[in-house]
Amino acid sequence: MGILEVKGVNKRFGGLQALGDVNLSVAENTVHAIIGPNGAGKSTLLNCLVGKLIPDTGSVMFDGQSVLGRAPYEINQMGISRVFQTPEIFGDLTVMENMMIPCFAKRDGAFELNAMPSVGSQKDIIERAESVLEDMNMADKRHMHSASLSRGDKRRLEIGMCLSQEPRLLLLDEPTAGMARADTNNTIDLLKQIKDERDITIAIIEHDMHVVFSLAERITVLAQGTPLVEDTPENIKGHPKVREAYLGESA
Amino acid sequence: MDAILLQILNGLDKGSAYALIALGLTLIFGTLGVVNFAHGALFMIGAFCAVTLQRVLNLSFETIDETQKDFLGNPLKVKTPYVEAWFGPEAGAWIIDWAVPLALVIAIPIMLLVGYVMERGLIKHFYKRPHADQILVTFGLAIVMQEIVKYFFGANPIQTPPPDALNGVANVGMLIGMDIVYPVWRIVYFCFATLIIGGIFAFLQFTTFGMVVRAGMADRETVGLLGINIDRRFTIMFGIAAAVAGLAGVMYGPINPPNYHMGMDFLVLSFVVVVVGGMGSLPGAVLAGFLLGILESFASTTWATTTIPGINQIIIYLVAIIVLLTRPRGLMGRKGVMEE
Amino acid sequence: MFGLDKKDKSLLAIVAILTLLAPFILNPFPTDSAMAQFNAGYPDLMQRFVIFGIFAVGFNILFGLTGYLSFGHAAFLGVGSYSAVWMFKLLSYNIIPAIILAVIIAGLFSLLIGFVSLRRSGIYFSILTLAFAQMSFALAYSVLSNPKFNLTNGETGLQVYNDDPQILQGANAPDLPHLFGLSMRSTYTMEIGPWAFDFNAGYYVCAVIMMVAFYLAIRIFRSPFGMMLRAVKSNQQRMNYTGLNTRPYTLAAFVISGMYAGLAGGLMAAMDPLAGAERMQWTASGEVVLMTILGGAGTLIGPVLGAGFIKYFENIFSKINDNVLHGWFAFLPDGLEDFVVTIIHPFVGKGWHLTLGLMFMMVVIFLPGGLVEGGQRLAAWVRGKRNKGKDKTTGKTEPAE
Repeated sequence: MGILEVKGVNKRFGGLQALGDVNLSVAENTVHAIIGPNGAGKSTLLNCLVGKLIPDTGSVMFDGQSVLGRAPYEINQMGISRVFQTPEIFGDLTVMENMMIPCFAKRDGAFELNAMPSVGSQKDIIERAESVLEDMNMADKRHMHSASLSRGDKRRLEIGMCLSQEPRLLLLDEPTAGMARADTNNTIDLLKQIKDERDITIAIIEHDMHVVFSLAERITVLAQGTPLVEDTPENIKGHPKVREAYLGESA
Repeated sequence: MDAILLQILNGLDKGSAYALIALGLTLIFGTLGVVNFAHGALFMIGAFCAVTLQRVLNLSFETIDETQKDFLGNPLKVKTPYVEAWFGPEAGAWIIDWAVPLALVIAIPIMLLVGYVMERGLIKHFYKRPHADQILVTFGLAIVMQEIVKYFFGANPIQTPPPDALNGVANVGMLIGMDIVYPVWRIVYFCFATLIIGGIFAFLQFTTFGMVVRAGMADRETVGLLGINIDRRFTIMFGIAAAVAGLAGVMYGPINPPNYHMGMDFLVLSFVVVVVGGMGSLPGAVLAGFLLGILESFASTTWATTTIPGINQIIIYLVAIIVLLTRPRGLMGRKGVMEE
Repeated sequence: MFGLDKKDKSLLAIVAILTLLAPFILNPFPTDSAMAQFNAGYPDLMQRFVIFGIFAVGFNILFGLTGYLSFGHAAFLGVGSYSAVWMFKLLSYNIIPAIILAVIIAGLFSLLIGFVSLRRSGIYFSILTLAFAQMSFALAYSVLSNPKFNLTNGETGLQVYNDDPQILQGANAPDLPHLFGLSMRSTYTMEIGPWAFDFNAGYYVCAVIMMVAFYLAIRIFRSPFGMMLRAVKSNQQRMNYTGLNTRPYTLAAFVISGMYAGLAGGLMAAMDPLAGAERMQWTASGEVVLMTILGGAGTLIGPVLGAGFIKYFENIFSKINDNVLHGWFAFLPDGLEDFVVTIIHPFVGKGWHLTLGLMFMMVVIFLPGGLVEGGQRLAAWVRGKRNKGKDKTTGKTEPAE
């Protein structure tokens, strides 16, 4: 049994079959990549996992509990954190504040009317946020407005925010899309480090094969809304069906 | 049965005004992505075009008529409007009598100009700003516009009668063998509104210009990528929306004497109409405009107001709230419009 | 003390000193001088300063922090006024129960409206609140004032009559709103030479309440809750995917700001025991938006400044008429004098709203951060001039933490 079990998921948008009978099992403490050409349904699948979309049929179980019908914030509270394709951070807030918010969410839950004590008096939260910032090598940027960070630092911050919640499953949606090579490599290093240092399961959707093959332990190939194969990176590389799917795209 | 038909008719004139304003709001919102709180003020300015023309036409000079005496025995002073002196008494009187419909002619260029200046001078700079800023700046503009009108025309409603030929009532039920007496001007207003609405839809449907605008409403970026200068077209669209609101205002004068805050009164309801119809949906705006107008008229019947006093004043809001809670996108709203 | 950091403490201290000394500060000109018309230190106006200050501070908790632009907050103010007058009618003229009920009822009412309106965001939210406020206005104006069930007394406005029960009204208690016997209208005038300063009981009651309200607002701004509200404004998507439910946060902000509005409405009735429907009209809601923006939305002191600014100029500008203008420009040659007066005339007196509208547009266009940002820019500019060649200073203040 994997920590994430997707069984028989279908999703239609009008006449378009976005997902057709998707089965997927992500084992605990592994890095699992989902790859596939554009329009293969990767993003739709991800949205079904985090509560943005509800599949027409099928089940999505996380750690033995169904996530279907739950709101995104409830699913996050269950232990799934999500990193977006373009970094979603609180642009009007400072880096430190950005880091404190997930810490509050972890400590106080989805809502807490904590209106009288000052933020400065929340020592445990500050400590926690600072230590994650240290881990992310961002402690020197703590007073910066997060909107003024570089693209790579925004990504770093977003990943840090997710990690500060100590999620059991980290979902990454094309984390290096639109990044310069140097930033991409930094992000790969960061993710490798996370994988080595923490007990965490990572599911990653990616277009960039360099990223995929540097990180993944298992790979699922999605084409036209259906999983083609699931295997180790070594076997995927030479798989005829995969080559066909990708060549088909470029032709 | 007669009573029901009469209430429907009663709702049509207000519904027409709602529909016309809501149509303009939707056009502006759909094309430019701007929430225009000054749209009611455009309606009001249209109405005051009619007032102005009426005043200009009534400008008179005084002559002393020696043949007639007033009750003190002094020679009588006679006021003759210039138009009567120029075009002869009969033609002149006719022109004055038809001041309101004639005002349409001057209102079109004025409103187009006002719309153009507003878009180029102000709204243009707010495309990229948050909706809250757009609301606030157009709200400020609306205050300014209505205060200027108040400065020149005072705070009291000004009577703008329709032409004599269109004043009075007609039995509109005759055609279907019923007895429904109804003011002629309101029928004129409804026909006028239908004509304009039809015109706008035809324009959007059958001209290249309209096609581009519709495409732009659906997906602004892509159309921009095709190398079509949509901004320019959108400016024109803003002018047209302003003209529609203005014309609706010109013709509304005889139904309700214009005052400086009539725009604000209509604006709030027109926004509700837009939301009920579905943000960004032109047919929705028209449909909801008429529906709510008719609903309001039913709620104004003696029966309704004695059952629930004041129901006519809140019915539109009640319906809007219910619609928004059950169908958040409105009656005909498209997915993805204004949903972050 | 107070659980505030040093900067906030000095801010609170400044506000406290300004409000407590307002009778002096606002009456800088001797009573007989020509400049006396610029004095604003009379009780009625001073009360309005602080009451609208409370209203704007509360509105800012919603709009300034979460970015949700409500166009219907006047409804809560009106509800507060009605509740307070009902307390006067039923219990007694003591203002304490009146104000408490005003806050509670406004809170409940805003809970109801907020619960529905907050199902939508952005422009939908603004229009929904606008619709609710107009509906409340119509309800107060006509629906709830029929002979069978008269809650608001319609056009006349709700007021206290001799045959009202007033079950707790003592025999010796003043026949006007009072605080345990101290009438809100009692004023002590201190005369120093040609100057006269009014110390009004009602004003000081409002001022003390405003300071408490302001203090609570500072606490909210600096709390984790306040930070969450700013996060809502910044990125709701990230909020949701960080395990936070935005709905209760926005609803709580909405209700808190509604209670502030109710408090302001209750105080208004406590100063003058009358409640009318026009207080709920959407132009009144627009006014509080204006105050907040003009002062600086999202800043602590901004709304107070904005409220004071608008109420002061409303008062002064409306008083200026052609005679006053001619007096000012008498030094000019006749033709020029008339010309100048004609130019200024539309903007003063009854034309105050025109000036207000123009000011509003100018602020939104050129100074979205309001007076506070203007002050900061000015300060930065002055500093920049002084330190020419030295380190460049930034106009931004250190972001709050």
